[in-house]
Amino acid sequence: MFRFIVRRLLQLIPTLFGLSILLFIWLRRLPGGPETAILGERGTPEMRAEIRRNLGLDEPILVQYGRFVRRMLQLDLGTSTSTKRAVTTEFLERFPGTVELTVTGMIIAIGVGIPLGYLAARKRGRMLDHLSVGGSLIGICIPVFFLAYVLKAIFAENLGWFPASGRQDPTIGATRVTNFFVLDGLMTREWDAAADAVWHLVLPGLALASIPLAIIVRITRASVLEVLNEDFVRTAEAKGLTENTVRRRHVLRNAMLPVVTSIGLLTGGLLSGAVLTETVFAFSGIGAFVADSISQRDYPVLMGFILIIAVVYVLVNLIVDLSYSLIDPRVRVR
Amino acid sequence: MTVNLGRKGEKIDRLAELAAVRDDERGVSLWQEAFRRLRRNPAAIVGAVILVIFVLVALVGPFFVPYGPTDSIGIREGLVRSGQGIIPGPSGEHWLGFDHQGRDVFSRMVVGARQTLLVGVVSTLIGLAVGAVIGGVAGAAAGLGGRWGRWIDSTLMRFVDMLLALPSLLLAVSIAALLGASLTTVMIAVGVVSVPVFARLLRGSMIAQSNSDYVLAATSLGVRKSKIALTHVVPNSLAPVIVQATLTLATAIIEAAALSFLGLGNPDSRVPEWGVMLADAQPYLGIRPGLAIYPAVGIIITALGFTLLGEAMREALDPKLRK
Repeated sequence: MFRFIVRRLLQLIPTLFGLSILLFIWLRRLPGGPETAILGERGTPEMRAEIRRNLGLDEPILVQYGRFVRRMLQLDLGTSTSTKRAVTTEFLERFPGTVELTVTGMIIAIGVGIPLGYLAARKRGRMLDHLSVGGSLIGICIPVFFLAYVLKAIFAENLGWFPASGRQDPTIGATRVTNFFVLDGLMTREWDAAADAVWHLVLPGLALASIPLAIIVRITRASVLEVLNEDFVRTAEAKGLTENTVRRRHVLRNAMLPVVTSIGLLTGGLLSGAVLTETVFAFSGIGAFVADSISQRDYPVLMGFILIIAVVYVLVNLIVDLSYSLIDPRVRVR
Repeated sequence: MTVNLGRKGEKIDRLAELAAVRDDERGVSLWQEAFRRLRRNPAAIVGAVILVIFVLVALVGPFFVPYGPTDSIGIREGLVRSGQGIIPGPSGEHWLGFDHQGRDVFSRMVVGARQTLLVGVVSTLIGLAVGAVIGGVAGAAAGLGGRWGRWIDSTLMRFVDMLLALPSLLLAVSIAALLGASLTTVMIAVGVVSVPVFARLLRGSMIAQSNSDYVLAATSLGVRKSKIALTHVVPNSLAPVIVQATLTLATAIIEAAALSFLGLGNPDSRVPEWGVMLADAQPYLGIRPGLAIYPAVGIIITALGFTLLGEAMREALDPKLRK
């Protein structure tokens, strides 16, 4: 097991190395070059020249690349051109919101998706099956931001069941500890603050969950259907195991492999979905910030976001691979 | 119908029967069989009907629209004052009402279908072409190439994995940042996003084919490796790629809409495209939600059509389900 982890970690190095090269090239190829990325459109020629000197853009390319990597490793992502603050600081402030939102989305997608996919497979050809397959098809085909608007219009603006925007009602005056609003409320025992934060997460969480939910339902269903036909399930049933044991130990465990893999692949999509949903619900996380930075041509923020997402994605998939090897011992041998 | 001709006659009949069956088997190719199964699948029919209508509207519709898609007729006639929140809805003359600039929404929807189809098809073709070249080279190298082949394969695949590590929307956003907002950018950005998918798919499919018996047979007959790859392996590996292309058309249209929403779409909103129309409608959601609903429904139904047909094709081409 330990060797497996080490090997997977070593495999990360070329991926991250390649990614750093891609980002480096990307930054240099931006319209106007890095000095525009830092100064915005307003810089005078003298300012540009100075920045070029300061950035060492007159030095050999390898030296520049080395400096770039060193800055990345020190988590120095530069300064946002729109807020004039360090990108790292901006991200740290907003990251908790996005984490809360994506975790909510994942909980909804997994918590509803796996049972629904499983039931659809067991009741194949019945009403529930048709409904969940049809529903998941539509879920994939609805643009996330449109769904977010529809949810907001119906459940927030017309019915008033949920708040339409923000992360928490500011009049509650909740104490901030970690900036994870739900966690803060629980830690400081301000139950109403925690509940209010959760309440604010429901609609954006639902919108964000739509695509992963649809995909998880489909994959679970297909995978359970395949496992149900396996010889070992028939054997398990034939040797008189209770239906519950067969279901848990034989069907679900084997059917979960592709589902777990897909969950890892879906995290990247969730983070970029956050850009869209956070914008619609004015939810102050990284996503809404990045959406603004796109229209403002705030490239340091954009680059920081790409870097963060790539690292998170790679890490999540590492965790997925590890959990894969826990579920399926055969993976470890390979 | 066997006429009694004695033992010899029976034998001949049986031989004829066997020969007939074999002829029959040879005649039904993978694609013919798949097409037969597609025709029996209601989901495929629904998907195909949606797509035929969509393509017809996109190709022919623009010639028959009642008003020019960029003609601010509503403002000229004093019917639309979006500043005061006056945007008339559907009427007998203007079937879907006006948009915020007083343009006929129905005409824009029809002309927009063409732009939407264009974005979907071109971006998918970009992804398909680049992805198929990368995947094809990697697959040929991995399947037939020995040590050098393995090296080429793993280098190409590491690159593809890297692209895959970036979420599609972000990848599209960073490309759009490089090239500036335009319709071409949207097509390139959305196309690049699907490159890793096509590359991985074709490679995987080719490697699976390289291990099959007919490749072994061709190799033992002394056929050159490059020829085996081109005439045997590639054509037999294309089925999943074609299925994926159909599914990608759906996601490409949705993804293009998301780019428009983020302000990276075609900045010239005179040319109607459903994604741009949907993005433009946001400030007027409270007054006329229809402005967002029409293009959104268009996008959803079209994406649904491509997805239904793609899924049905996947099922029909699945060798496991073949008789």
